[in-house]
Amino acid sequence: MLAFLIQRVLQAIFVMFVVALISFSLFHYVGDPVLNMLGQEATEADRAALRAQLGLDQPVVVQFWNFVVNAAQFEFGISYRSARPVTDLILERLPATLELATISAIFAVVMGILLGIYTALRRRSWLAHFIMTASLIGVSLPTFLIGVLLIYVFAVELGVLPAFGRGETVDLGWWDTGLLTTSGLRSLILPAITLGLFQLTLIMRLVRAEMLEVLSTDYIKFARARGLSKRVVNLRHALKNTMIPVITIIGLQLGTIIAFAIITETVFQWPGVGALFITAVRFVDVPVMAAYLMMIALVFVVINLVVDLLYYAVDPRLRAQGGGK
Amino acid sequence: MSQEVDKRNSVANIAPTRPGRLRTFLESDIVYSWKRQPVVILATLVTLVMFAAALFAPWIAPQNPFDPGQLDLIDAFTPPMTTSEFTGNFYLLGSDSQGRDVFSAILYGSRISLLVGFAAVIFALVMGTALGLLAGFRGGWRDALIMRIADVQLTFPSILMALLIFGVIRGFLPRSMHAEVAIIVLIIAIGLSDWVQYARAVRGATMVEKSKEYVQAARVIGLPARKILFLHILPNVLRPVLVIGTIGLALAIIAEATLSFLGVGMPATQPSLGTLIRVGQDYMFSGEWWILLFPGVALLILALSVNLLGDWLRDVLNPKLR
Amino acid sequence: MLPNKTLLATAVLGAMLATAANAETLRWTRSADSLTMDPHSQNEGPTHSVNHQIFDTLIYQDMDVEYQPGLATEWHVKEDEPTVWVFKIREGVTFHEGQSLTAEDVVFSINRARHEHSDMRGLLTSISEVRAVDDYTVEIETSEPNPLLPNNFTNLFIMSREWAEEHGVEEPQNYAAGEETYAVRNANGTGPFRVESREPDVRTVFVRNDDYWGIDHYPMEITRLVFTPIESASTRVAALLSGEVDFLQETPVQDIERLANAEGIKNEQGAENRTIFLGMDMGSAELRTADTDDNPFADRRVREAINLAVDANTIQRAVMRGNSQPAGMIAPPFVNGYSEEMDEVLEADADRAKQLMEEAGYGDGFRVTLNCPNDRYVNDEQICQAVVSMLARIGITVDLVAQTRSVHFAELAREEYDFYLLGWGVPTMDSEYIFNYLYHTKEGDRGSWNFTGYSDERVDELTVAMGQEIDEDTRNEMIAEAWDIVHDEILYIPIHHQMLTWSMRDDIDFQVQSENTPHFKYLQFNQ
Repeated sequence: MLAFLIQRVLQAIFVMFVVALISFSLFHYVGDPVLNMLGQEATEADRAALRAQLGLDQPVVVQFWNFVVNAAQFEFGISYRSARPVTDLILERLPATLELATISAIFAVVMGILLGIYTALRRRSWLAHFIMTASLIGVSLPTFLIGVLLIYVFAVELGVLPAFGRGETVDLGWWDTGLLTTSGLRSLILPAITLGLFQLTLIMRLVRAEMLEVLSTDYIKFARARGLSKRVVNLRHALKNTMIPVITIIGLQLGTIIAFAIITETVFQWPGVGALFITAVRFVDVPVMAAYLMMIALVFVVINLVVDLLYYAVDPRLRAQGGGK
Repeated sequence: MSQEVDKRNSVANIAPTRPGRLRTFLESDIVYSWKRQPVVILATLVTLVMFAAALFAPWIAPQNPFDPGQLDLIDAFTPPMTTSEFTGNFYLLGSDSQGRDVFSAILYGSRISLLVGFAAVIFALVMGTALGLLAGFRGGWRDALIMRIADVQLTFPSILMALLIFGVIRGFLPRSMHAEVAIIVLIIAIGLSDWVQYARAVRGATMVEKSKEYVQAARVIGLPARKILFLHILPNVLRPVLVIGTIGLALAIIAEATLSFLGVGMPATQPSLGTLIRVGQDYMFSGEWWILLFPGVALLILALSVNLLGDWLRDVLNPKLR
Repeated sequence: MLPNKTLLATAVLGAMLATAANAETLRWTRSADSLTMDPHSQNEGPTHSVNHQIFDTLIYQDMDVEYQPGLATEWHVKEDEPTVWVFKIREGVTFHEGQSLTAEDVVFSINRARHEHSDMRGLLTSISEVRAVDDYTVEIETSEPNPLLPNNFTNLFIMSREWAEEHGVEEPQNYAAGEETYAVRNANGTGPFRVESREPDVRTVFVRNDDYWGIDHYPMEITRLVFTPIESASTRVAALLSGEVDFLQETPVQDIERLANAEGIKNEQGAENRTIFLGMDMGSAELRTADTDDNPFADRRVREAINLAVDANTIQRAVMRGNSQPAGMIAPPFVNGYSEEMDEVLEADADRAKQLMEEAGYGDGFRVTLNCPNDRYVNDEQICQAVVSMLARIGITVDLVAQTRSVHFAELAREEYDFYLLGWGVPTMDSEYIFNYLYHTKEGDRGSWNFTGYSDERVDELTVAMGQEIDEDTRNEMIAEAWDIVHDEILYIPIHHQMLTWSMRDDIDFQVQSENTPHFKYLQFNQ
């Protein structure tokens, strides 16, 4: 157990190190921060002064160390584009992204599992066929096209749901939430569906496949033969065994949702970190890109770690092996 | 996917000299499975038609939408199936705000989608296979290094990787070059974001093959490593690579469209399907529905049929899943 | 002017109603946000639009673009001293944070706007000294008599000196260098609205300033003003259609008709005081982005060819859907010095243009980058794309770089562009403003937006003289002469004078203002 844990934590640290190295190289080699910040009118003396102020005249290793120390304290410097501290920009927009991601994850998980169970148990029904076909289309469609389509139908033609933004938000001091107002909740519907749809289909297909596999095992056949009711067999025995791989995938998909939020946020003008990142990529705003990269990496590493540990807790076979893949 | 179908055609041409192979192929599981699924047949046909249309776009399209000199601004917003009263040009699917023929734009746009898709897949496939072979065959620190990098990269979804790589490459280039090299940057960004899967699959397969008797035997008789690698191991690990590649093509097409839609892919002067949809969004209310609808439908059909083929091929080539 | 009696009565009634029960919120959107709340850092329309709600100016242009007293109650040239203007400052005015307004604040603000980082300095070149005579009198001395000086103050916002000193923002933010100061994110004005919260690019919330000096003079019916910039044109329109916003400034031209037919929504239209044109760097020895080792733009024949190739009439018809007035000069018809004859649009003639290119030695064309904002002017990127295809026909290959205006203007200011799109409005309603910013040699406080590298002694001389000549006829002759010179040089390629459409809920009573600056204190709701 301990060896497994240490191995995973070490791996997480390694990932963060590599990402920090990449972020740092971004700073160091993409564009000249001094030129970016001072413009062409500045004199050579001005540049040298700023270089010294930013610590750019020190050896690369020292600079990298400074970068890591700063990053550990969430200091990423000033955005080239909006001339504001990157950390402020990100913190300001983080609640929007996290709310959107959480709601769509819940939507995807709940609907995905329910539909997955249904299509597995009633796999010959026309509804199950319909759901499976629809899910294939859902997987094939680019996220942005789904968003555009939803806007067109529900905001433009029917005019029943908002087409952009978060609606009215309530500032709780440290958190700006859209979950407490009607307009905030209404604004959440279309983006959450857009963002969750892909994950939903994925989870549904996985649940269905796992469920079918489990249902065909001797263990379930035996349970049935023992005369246990169908419902008990299906839910207590089959579902429980299905959940192990599903948990892993769901965990990994959480990170994906945050990444795909970039697209959804752009389509719906959702004021989150994803939209911030896209703007940064468009304008080669290196500090924002680097900070976003570090933030996402942290989120992913933590999720991966948690999933690994959960997996370890859920699957006895892993424990028996004492770690390793 | 279509390689299979292409193969069938080419095999048919040289059939008289090699009847054995043709028969083997026609009687194979793949063809049997293909014939049994009307959806797959339809997807194959649609994909073929779209491939052909994209390939022969310069000869089919009435206009080169990438050549600004060929656009007639005066014909802007001509509805579908209409002949312009100003220039006498006929617009099958209408024209956009710049007088760009939507039909031609879709043909050229799919051309970009497919070009970027294939090139990115090949890029990822070659890179991933090479690294996977190296890691699996040699093992040791090379294996450790490659697989750790793969782990790091696998931590991130590929669309995010592609966006990042795209941003970094652009940072190195002067801004006026961005439009010019957009397509190459896209290929590299998408390709580079996707090599890991190939590398992992190939590494696994290589390790399995390496331990097999025939490879051991080849080693014993002193065949050089390069020969063993290319003549014996490579052919045996290609199957999973092909499977990943077909799924990868659909993903790469979608990735390209997404990047272009986000405004970081193809510029508005050389629109791909994603760019066309982004631009067309502005006309959602104004009654010029064709600017958004047709490119959207084209992308949907393309992505769906390539995906269907990919799904099917995965099932066929991967007997474990059946 | 004060509003007439009935208006005043309704206004007061409206104000009472509003304070009583009807807290009226107005949700306002346009394509892009203000660049900064520092009032002197940027001389730019959308930025001024926001700042006009927060700050006051000595004099302002009302919804009919008439000059009205703001923080100055009266102004005149001092008797016997033609170079001194006297401004009486309104008494009893307080800033949002409680400081009282005195002449010192006015002196401080004008001097701040004359700082080298200020984008407003080009308007104040004639000033030699600003002094406070007493608490409510300011004297402004100009080097030569300047009869039109007050017109330059319509966008010159007055800050509190005490506040600026407290927060270390005595100097304007250096925008081109990407500087961030306290004043960029915080504002303390005397205006009709105070800022409740601001998230750049996301949302700015204003609340009515109930202590406003003009609270009884203006309708002031809005208690809460929420400004949300929305980048995508269709989303902006969808938001208005679905009732998520009430007021849409700068309606996309393709959606004007749809909104006109939509229930509960109306459009207000009018000409805007703004001309859109292309600028070329003709001064550099070699262009930065061109594939030639000389500067094709330096050759007048090339500029003439471009002028002939860019078909303003077709741009008006196709890109603007008729919502613009094709232009031949870069002064809108509102402006003193405008000439119908000069504004006549050239008939596009690609053949003649090609011939000129041939004569200039560029028969095979050349390649150059065109820089364009994509969120500043109506259909700016579309106009640039149209230009790309029109120039392709005479052999000029244009690489188009379209980006958000904050980047566009910063890079333009750093003189990084060879070929660019720009729009220019003239708040002073006089040609001097245009010459001062766009034609005068780029040196000192003048020519700060002249990125063409053009420098002509006679034009410089005339520009300075225009600011000092008291005799109207002589002055107009100077303006005419200057226009003749620059028109013949083809320094800029005029495209059109912009037309404005504002769309809103149909119970709102608000007319288009040709400066495209909505003064929300005038907005009324028809109950």
